[in-house]
Amino acid sequence: MIRELHEKLINHEITAVQLTEEYFARIEKQDKDIFAYLTLTKDLAMEQARKVDAKIARGEEIGMLEGIPGAIKDNLCVAGVRATACSKILDNYIAPYDATVVERLKEAGAVFLGKVNMDEFAMGSSTEKSAYGPTKNPVDLERVPGGSSGGSAAAVASGEAVWALGTDTGGSIRQPASFCGVVGFKPTYGRVSRYGAIAMASSLDQIGPITKTVEDAAIVLSVIAGEDKMDATSAQSPAKDYTRYLTGEVAGLKIGVVKGYVEKLNPDVKASFEKVVAQYKEMGAEIKEIELPNVKYSLPVYYIIMPCEVSSNLARFDGVKYGMRAEDHKDSILDFVPENRNLIETYLDSRRYGIGAEPKRRIMLGTYALSSGYYDAYYLRAQKVRTLIKQDFEKAYEAVDLILTPTTPSPAFKFDEKTNDPIQMYLEDIFTITANIVGVPAISVPGPAIEVDDKQLPQGFQLMGKWFDEENLLRAAHAYEVHPVK
Amino acid sequence: MITKEEVQHIAGLARIGVDEKDLDKFATDLSAVLDWISELKEVDVAGVEPTAHITGMENRMREDVQNDFENKAEIINLFPDRKDNFGKVKSVL
Repeated sequence: MIRELHEKLINHEITAVQLTEEYFARIEKQDKDIFAYLTLTKDLAMEQARKVDAKIARGEEIGMLEGIPGAIKDNLCVAGVRATACSKILDNYIAPYDATVVERLKEAGAVFLGKVNMDEFAMGSSTEKSAYGPTKNPVDLERVPGGSSGGSAAAVASGEAVWALGTDTGGSIRQPASFCGVVGFKPTYGRVSRYGAIAMASSLDQIGPITKTVEDAAIVLSVIAGEDKMDATSAQSPAKDYTRYLTGEVAGLKIGVVKGYVEKLNPDVKASFEKVVAQYKEMGAEIKEIELPNVKYSLPVYYIIMPCEVSSNLARFDGVKYGMRAEDHKDSILDFVPENRNLIETYLDSRRYGIGAEPKRRIMLGTYALSSGYYDAYYLRAQKVRTLIKQDFEKAYEAVDLILTPTTPSPAFKFDEKTNDPIQMYLEDIFTITANIVGVPAISVPGPAIEVDDKQLPQGFQLMGKWFDEENLLRAAHAYEVHPVK
Repeated sequence: MITKEEVQHIAGLARIGVDEKDLDKFATDLSAVLDWISELKEVDVAGVEPTAHITGMENRMREDVQNDFENKAEIINLFPDRKDNFGKVKSVL
């Protein structure tokens, strides 16, 4: 899609300003129903678009993303623009600097339409946990768009953005992409700098694109990837032009299907998934059954490591340096007696009233697991099981190049279906979470749709690649896209 | 099972203000999740090294050079309360 728009721009069929206006008009028209956008950045977008038009008018060459309008998840900083991560505690936070991904997109001439909705601090799988209200799935407004990057996926699916950035800690890019019928791509841990992302769980977080096509995802990755001196965890591996690897064929690639995964699937998801497997076989890939014996521990490992890191990362939101400061003029109950309650009451009240129920639950869980006497039993043990899961993957990747799974255990569910039981919501991530635990790149691509209540609901499948092998991953995903199941 | 006393202790450590009814809710929720993740106890991890960094990156060193931040005024503007260029908080001592 980006390539076609790029051709139109350079062939003077449309100007970047017109293209941007077209997207704002669509947002104006339909976003009151969908609520993908939290903040629109019209002035910035028009200024960016005018710059591109001036370049084209001067006869200068423009890059693939230049003048192409997109959306940024609200936990990524754009200088001078509000960044709330959809939490009340950051309601009035104006980012004083650009995230590295944002800076790189600006340099590449991309146009920013605005900031999009998400579950608070990226904690959730439905975007129902945003402090600003839920986003709706453009395919069926009675259903959730998935999450936490639900605003990003809904914006792209509804034609309110060509591309969007999301973040993915346990599936937050891929699951909403699957629910909304678009492509969601989590690169290898460290492939993309996280400087300027509001951190959730630092050993798992990764930024990536949500787009209509695999090629578009490759285009965005080519711009945002690469080492960054501002993020010491960014990998020392230069960005490439990932579109060069999209050959449309998979002959010679070995694709693993995990033993025991398919049997337990709901019948509709199973049927959709099996068609995809058959299609890859048809295209010439070699399908092999693989075993990942420790992968069944992925969710419990995740629900120890993630809350521990959350409790540490979210300690910075304390009403002191920025964000909301609350005072309720009552003494909170405490089991210790501070010498002076004044400052501690600022922390207690600001966090009590500023942070929502789900992040609080995770902070408390992490604080408990890291508290004196529990570290070995929880965090350390989880990190050891993480090693075992990683070893399973290393072994599997000796036999195959890629691993194929469904993205989600079901298509998009209805609002309020899972909000009362946190564990039901956590199970949403069962297929996606492992890629974060082991750090490999993973992509969700729309597979055969599933009919529910006379509606065709999107269902994605997921490919996981080897560490830093975005090339083969994108190649295989793209090959399906150009040869989909009929 | 997490007790209400434990929740109160954790809330204090996490600096989250709570009242009596929060204690019950958190005790139930946290117990459910802890119960659910307890299956990790069955895994034999003897002799297994923990993984802290998944792609095996080692410490990265750099020159200790000071950089000036361009938008100082904007950071100061974000202080919830201020006096001149200083962030203001309640008395610490």
